[in-house]
Amino acid sequence: MSNNMNLTLKVWRQKNAKTKGELVSYQADHVSPDMSFLEMLDVVNEGLIKKGDDPIHFDHDCREGICGSCSLHINGRPHGPKQGITTCQLHMRSFNDKDTIVIEPWRAEGFPVIKDLSTDRSAFDRIQVAGGFISVNTGGAPDANAMPIPKVVADEAFNSATCIGCGACVAACKNASAMLFVSAKVSQLALLPQGQPERYRRVQAMVSQMDAEGFGSCTNTGACEAECPKEISITNIARMNRDYFTAKLLKSEE
Amino acid sequence: MKLDAKIPQGPLAEKWSKHKFNLKLVNPANKRKYTVIVVGTGLAGSSAAASLAQLGYNVKAFCFQDSPRRAHSIAAQGGINGAKNYQNDGDSVYRLFYDTIKGGDYRAREGNVYRLAEVSVNIIDQCVAQGVPFAREYGGLLDNRSFGGSQVSRTFYARGQTGQQLLLGAYSSLNRQINLGKVKMFTRHEMMDVVTIDGEAKGIVTRDLISGAIETHSAHAVLLCTGGYGNVFYLSTNAMGCNVTAAWKAHKRGAYFANPCFTQIHPTCIPVTGEHQSKLTLMSESLRNDGRVWAPKTKELAEKIRKGEIKASELKDTDRDYFLERKYPAFGNLVPRDVASRNAKEIVDEGRGVGTSGIAVYLDFAESISRLGEDAVRAKYGNLFDMYQQITDENPYKQPMRIYPAVHYTMGGLWVDYNLQTTVKGLYCLGEANFSEHGANRLGASALMQGLADGYFVIPYTLGDYLATIGPKEIEANHPAFEETKKNVVDRINKLLSLKGNKTVSEYHRELGHIMWEYCGMARTEEGLIKAKGLIRELKEDFWKNAIVTGINEEFNQNLENAGRVADFIELGELMVDDALDRKESCGGHFRLESQTPEGEALRDDDNYAYVAAWQYNGDNQPESLHKEELVFENVKLTQRSYK
Repeated sequence: MSNNMNLTLKVWRQKNAKTKGELVSYQADHVSPDMSFLEMLDVVNEGLIKKGDDPIHFDHDCREGICGSCSLHINGRPHGPKQGITTCQLHMRSFNDKDTIVIEPWRAEGFPVIKDLSTDRSAFDRIQVAGGFISVNTGGAPDANAMPIPKVVADEAFNSATCIGCGACVAACKNASAMLFVSAKVSQLALLPQGQPERYRRVQAMVSQMDAEGFGSCTNTGACEAECPKEISITNIARMNRDYFTAKLLKSEE
Repeated sequence: MKLDAKIPQGPLAEKWSKHKFNLKLVNPANKRKYTVIVVGTGLAGSSAAASLAQLGYNVKAFCFQDSPRRAHSIAAQGGINGAKNYQNDGDSVYRLFYDTIKGGDYRAREGNVYRLAEVSVNIIDQCVAQGVPFAREYGGLLDNRSFGGSQVSRTFYARGQTGQQLLLGAYSSLNRQINLGKVKMFTRHEMMDVVTIDGEAKGIVTRDLISGAIETHSAHAVLLCTGGYGNVFYLSTNAMGCNVTAAWKAHKRGAYFANPCFTQIHPTCIPVTGEHQSKLTLMSESLRNDGRVWAPKTKELAEKIRKGEIKASELKDTDRDYFLERKYPAFGNLVPRDVASRNAKEIVDEGRGVGTSGIAVYLDFAESISRLGEDAVRAKYGNLFDMYQQITDENPYKQPMRIYPAVHYTMGGLWVDYNLQTTVKGLYCLGEANFSEHGANRLGASALMQGLADGYFVIPYTLGDYLATIGPKEIEANHPAFEETKKNVVDRINKLLSLKGNKTVSEYHRELGHIMWEYCGMARTEEGLIKAKGLIRELKEDFWKNAIVTGINEEFNQNLENAGRVADFIELGELMVDDALDRKESCGGHFRLESQTPEGEALRDDDNYAYVAAWQYNGDNQPESLHKEELVFENVKLTQRSYK
């Protein structure tokens, strides 16, 4: 096709967590605007493999914006230049012929680099293990319609629940704070009646784990909200702070 | 070995409750003496791991993703069925059972399917209690919709991301058990083989995907919840990492593989744009409620459209062929998935396809927009239209969408009995990875239901029976079988790493996908299948000579991971072709050209093929043996589907 592009990539290459990394330049030629960003990297990798070189490692799986695996910092922005999408949903038509594209991994103390563009985000799992659940056993749950939940409340909980755990909020934050992620998880359960019994225990446990993982503090910059591929609102952070203060002042036992 | 499905005797509605009573129980004080391995953390795996840990067993759970939450159940869009009859529209457990068995074209077991429908109601309760935010009405009660042509509204949904919300629910239960110390979670670990001692599964061998360490894990039972094998077609709606390796290794250790040729093709996906394409994106089939499917009437017109000489929207109505409305006047654009898919492929094969590649047909909303107004169409399908535009850079409000079928789900999988046990004792298989409840065709919103039914409500009962039988004796973790199996794994990795040829693993995968799609996809012939078998054999031979695998084992090596998976897909491909050759009938989404009615519709052959085909592995490059489990229908009458 005539509107194919020739691009220069500057990609972060780092053999493993213990070695130092550097930006390495690659040429990506004849790139179709219909390709997704990750498909463009696939093609570059095919070329590297054919030469016997180590392909560029990056996390990816569903390639439809829901699993939260893909995590590239593109030209200084998590998930690249467009709003409200993940890296895997970004297409090359968002770039121009002869562009230079800088591709880096998420940069945060809480997300150490594993190799190249792949980072260790297991801190997010540990925060949820600390308290991101309702203690309900399998079996014996009451009828699903036994407790009506106002639609506005259910919808608001849903908005928080759309978080895909990709970590773009942390990557976007100058403090590498995980507050948007944690607050979305806290909010979903704090809003629903089912989440009330453990509401204050939960927020304390999750915040304490978040701090232990080395994430920074929130200074209300709002970069997390701007870069979140699911457009999760920082209202969640306010909601979490309120619950956390309430817990610490009045309800630390609950 | 004779296949015994162990379906309990007695009336359909009493089978499961009677069976539950007859199953042995493990003494509560003894449960902590057992270890259970769960491989995969999608809906089936997470729910099973959490439920078993809650009962008191020690669980070791494994996933290859970096977090259990990323398993591909996360991507399911539509919804989950539950026979709650909240809408008072005539639904019941029996109706869900009946619809599922009929939808599966009578190739599933009555007993299993009835149990699935029975526990479907508990699943909804469980999920709501976990905090799953299902859609609600203004009165605060749960909303339902009719899905996939169902006559009743029994589908519960969470916008277009029901899969993510259900998985997050199961994942939160799993997290609670990790917190309590009952589940030990291993992420970025891939199962490489099953360890059997005296014919019983006693553990697995894994590879740590970051360090490359090959480890052995022992347990009293092993549960495979490792998903489907749709990626055998290379392009599918599956995630890139979805693979058959765990199930395939189990197959090689004695677990029969059932109905491997049963795959589901979804009619409304966004078409391929070029060689670089890595996966396909599904568009909800609800679009067919208001979209009209068509193609140009002649090859010449199609050619002009492909070259951009004329625009689709400019084509006169008389030059368009609304082929589904023409051939199926009663159902029109709402014919089932398999019929819509097969007809689209026929049009493309005739040379009447559209788009630059010519591999697509139109789904046109112009008529709906003029009838209902653009705003009404936007309110209904806005998010889908946006997604389409994001991917294709075309505005579906102004020009028709281009769609084409894509592989979406695999009904085949490891053979399991009523207890979900494979033909290897102590080895269980849950969710999409097993063959069971969907027969030859899965209904919309039933996959999520089955995954959670298996994990929450079936395996906690049936596994206990086996564990009580074998007793809480400690597993010999230093039994030579562990070292032997580990050595096999290491040898194979070394063999892969020695490949320094000239073709990338992805190139082989693409070629395999092409063969499977062309000859073992929607329409099959004996001639084509025989040809495919030869092609796959050549491909396999070539792979083990000329593939390139870079790097070493002791590092994060995605190329090596992929090589192992593709090598297994190639072997599976051959078995799928064998299975398709055996099944000389058209059923479900599978059209054998040799088996059709005078009107050219699918002709099922109940006299000769009302069985589950279970294949037994006999060694490398040896033909597999076929075992038939006859299907007995005592409650439903077998009828031919007709949509004319």
